[in-house]
Amino acid sequence: MYNKTIAEISAGLQKRDFSSEEITQAYLSRIKQHDEQLNCFISITEEFALAAAKNADQRLAKGESGGLIGVPIAHKDIFCTRDVKTSCASKMLDNFYAPYDATVVEQMNQAGCVMLGKLNMDEFAMGSSNETSFYGPVRNPWDQGCVPGGSSGGSAAAVSARLIPAATGTDTGGSIRQPAAFCGVTGLKPTYGRVSRYGMIAFASSLDQGGPLTRTAQDAAIMLQAMAGFDTRDSTSVDHPVDDYVSTLNRSLDGLKIGLPKEYFDDRLDTDIRRCVDEAIHEFTKLGAHVREVSLPNINLSVPVYYVVASAECSANLSRFDGVRYGYRCENPFDLDDLYSRSRGEAFGAEVKRRILMGTYALSTGYYDAYYLKAQKVRRLISEDFRQVFADVDILAAPTAPSTAFPIGAKTNDPISMYLSDIYTIAVNLAGIPAVSLPVGCVNNKPVGMQLIGNFFSEERLLNAAHQYQSVTDWHMRLPQGFE
Amino acid sequence: MQWETVIGLEIHAQLATKSKIFSGASTAYGAIANTQACAVDLGLPGVLPVLNQEAVHMAVKFGLAIDAEIAPVSVFARKNYFYPDLPKGYQISQFELPVVGCGHLDIVANDQVKRVAITRAHLEEDAGKSLHEDFQGLSGIDLNRAGTPLLEIVSEPDMRSAEEAVAYMRKIHSLVRYLEICDGNMQEGSFRCDANVSVRPKGQKEFGTRAEIKNLNSFRFVEKAINHEVDRQIDLLESGGTVVQETRLYDSNSDQTRPMRSKEESNDYRYFPDPDLLPLEIEPGFLVEVRDQLPELPDQKCDRFIQQYALTDDDASVLTATREMADYYELTVSTLGGEAKLCANWVMGDLAGALNKMNLDVKQSPIDGLLLGGLLKRIVDKTISGKIAKQVFDEMWQTGAAADKIIEDKGLKQITDSGAIEQIIDRIIADNPVQLEQYRSGKDKLLGYFVGQVMKATQGKANPGEVNKLLIPKLKG
Amino acid sequence: MSLSIDDVEKMSKLARIEIRESDINGYARDLSGILDLVDQLNATETTKIKPMAHPLDQTQRLRSDIVTEEDQRELFQSQAPQVESGLYLVPKVIE
Repeated sequence: MYNKTIAEISAGLQKRDFSSEEITQAYLSRIKQHDEQLNCFISITEEFALAAAKNADQRLAKGESGGLIGVPIAHKDIFCTRDVKTSCASKMLDNFYAPYDATVVEQMNQAGCVMLGKLNMDEFAMGSSNETSFYGPVRNPWDQGCVPGGSSGGSAAAVSARLIPAATGTDTGGSIRQPAAFCGVTGLKPTYGRVSRYGMIAFASSLDQGGPLTRTAQDAAIMLQAMAGFDTRDSTSVDHPVDDYVSTLNRSLDGLKIGLPKEYFDDRLDTDIRRCVDEAIHEFTKLGAHVREVSLPNINLSVPVYYVVASAECSANLSRFDGVRYGYRCENPFDLDDLYSRSRGEAFGAEVKRRILMGTYALSTGYYDAYYLKAQKVRRLISEDFRQVFADVDILAAPTAPSTAFPIGAKTNDPISMYLSDIYTIAVNLAGIPAVSLPVGCVNNKPVGMQLIGNFFSEERLLNAAHQYQSVTDWHMRLPQGFE
Repeated sequence: MQWETVIGLEIHAQLATKSKIFSGASTAYGAIANTQACAVDLGLPGVLPVLNQEAVHMAVKFGLAIDAEIAPVSVFARKNYFYPDLPKGYQISQFELPVVGCGHLDIVANDQVKRVAITRAHLEEDAGKSLHEDFQGLSGIDLNRAGTPLLEIVSEPDMRSAEEAVAYMRKIHSLVRYLEICDGNMQEGSFRCDANVSVRPKGQKEFGTRAEIKNLNSFRFVEKAINHEVDRQIDLLESGGTVVQETRLYDSNSDQTRPMRSKEESNDYRYFPDPDLLPLEIEPGFLVEVRDQLPELPDQKCDRFIQQYALTDDDASVLTATREMADYYELTVSTLGGEAKLCANWVMGDLAGALNKMNLDVKQSPIDGLLLGGLLKRIVDKTISGKIAKQVFDEMWQTGAAADKIIEDKGLKQITDSGAIEQIIDRIIADNPVQLEQYRSGKDKLLGYFVGQVMKATQGKANPGEVNKLLIPKLKG
Repeated sequence: MSLSIDDVEKMSKLARIEIRESDINGYARDLSGILDLVDQLNATETTKIKPMAHPLDQTQRLRSDIVTEEDQRELFQSQAPQVESGLYLVPKVIE
């Protein structure tokens, strides 16, 4: 049962092959069986799930036919879920039970999804390996000595190990795509403003975007259909009609123009990764696509721009965690400053502290122009590069990560090296454009992912291309050993 | 050494919207603690701000009323600092690009008209309140006020005396109430003023170091605090000291300013554009709409009153100080159908006196313009005398009844019938032979005595004009 | 190092985060490394470029001035570390 896609589960539920309650139980047992090792879940909401499943079964009995009714999923623990612990993998929110549902959660509940629990992540979404979580690292199902990627590590690993058919994640600099690549699953970061950020605990407001992690592009389309939409509670939400992502999956790729940014395919690219990506590109040409080289001249500045902008925004976004109205409070504070400094000092992990300090510095008197303002200007240059390129091609293809999953602990003492694992994903967030990562190979039995990147609101096209690729290849169907 | 005072004022006017600037919680005053602080106001994880259109509308109204540039694009910025009444750890304000740019306001101080330049006015959210009543040595935080829209109005340091500062503050106070964007209630904290005060030797171009005085919630305190601060600074400088740039609090009990006990004198607010909000665009069409709907402004109304009602500058000023007062006056005049001066006297005299005695606002007056107009009609048509009218006024104030009813019920109609008056005069003259003799031998002052006697005999109802007309010839014989 | 211990201490005060003595050096080192990375931006010519705060050129949408939220104090304060008489309690605020 657990090796089904959303599409298959939905079909099975409609045909009454099984009930939502049954499939929910099946996944709950599987989680109990495997999650001790992998540590994908921060909370498992068994009662909640069974109640939702019962409800879904009633809806199905009435003849409702939505593609997500009764389908088990889990949310990255960055989405507020009413009356359910929402921790952002931080000691700061270890005791926090959200008093409201994020818009994404509301929408998925309305669509009939059954939430099984909240997924592990890097603390406050800051990280690329899921090693900064207060609840311990997540292990990659493909090689449990390795990281699953981050920050949506729990989401990617859980889908990869078939503990759930699908999960939500968030992507600020690659946090959906990179773990998707490391875990051999499909992960989509939508256009900025496509998915509401209301209730999605903020890391870097102008970069954050919620999206699905699934096994297939088709499933990602089904998930995105429910996640997307204009929200009046989010000023940055875009009032753009939601496309039908599902019915256009099978369109032919004949004539599709794919650009390969030469800056991403230089000699820094690992040869094995390159081989997998080249093979995938070859498949696309077989499907009728035309490939050509393009250039994104300012792309190499993405990482420094990101680390200024994201740090600056997060330094302010995390100021609300002060031990006054919710969250962690230190014992016996002797005055106000002590309350703040010690609560925050004791409850934030090292990476979070580093970024807050960095952001504080970038915005401080004397440095604002040189750092923040400068970074936002270079950001525009990067964004322009993409705009220009999309005048000539329909989508871009690129590697997702510079390596396969690295061992747990390998980069924890070298933050810069950790940051550089985002070099292929970051620019997309800076420009606010959508991208999907799909599995395209394996190196030393560890998955390799490739990105398809599109212009604003081109999710339809990206999912279509990914789906067509997945109908002639089977990388997305492979299971990690031990999880068959 | 001749010193010159330099003052700039920063006024925070709480905008009278129904809901908060970035959330849908109520802004109603006086609610039980934390019952009007929603998720957004509390800065819960994951919440986001959405801008209230009425706050923008109100800011634009103000900008147009002070002849200012309205920014076609303005930006909200985060002002970062930590304080328990600031839930997010930053205040959403405006920094480099405020919604209202440079404008000006003309004030009258020391009988001179002066133009005060206004640097800018911007929108921001208010913080909550700290209550220092003892909770076992702790402070209690109420966040009901957090998120209430504020318009921060910043003047240039153009004022040169406490009088000018107060005149400016009063003018702004009047203006925001005229525009119906702020109720101006200083006790409730909806109109707050900070003063930046410095001194410099007369003739010097550079400004001296300034001190910022906070916690000024009445016109009187502003004047006293500024004067005290100027004295303090001059004393300090004259004795060889230097003025420190700092924030001081005014203590009305001791009539002194003292430094605020904050560890960091200069806060690094690390302003940057708020990424949760988009640039606010204000289109020319919207400006036209708002301009068309602007009410008559205080200065315009004052000028009109001078023209239309032939009032003096002073009288017109007093009557147009608030919109309510001006509306009251005009209703009185239109009810009466003229006699602008009479109305002015009564409104500024008897009415204002009665209101002040009971500490009431003109809105709360038990006698409205219609009723007052009705009373004054009876003076004009000589039904009652001016003196009796005051009696009637007092009765109207107590009972809320109309003048005519009271005049009727109490039989206060003036006696104008010359026959009746003559009879009474004759009787009085007959009863007072001694005084008559004294009058006739030159004691003219005794006229008043006889008038008084006639009035007494008629319970004040005799028409004084008539009495005089008939009495004098009879006295003279 | 581009960032000194003093800088780190100043930032930790501004950000209200207590950093242990033993950790300060480490932070100074890591942050300096990041700043070195960030210095690459200096080489790019940007004098005529407008900073980009949002990927899309959207402008702020406005909300009608109506009260939409009701009193949820019980619910929200169930999460609070210290509350009394409906107020959030903190160490005394000195003005």
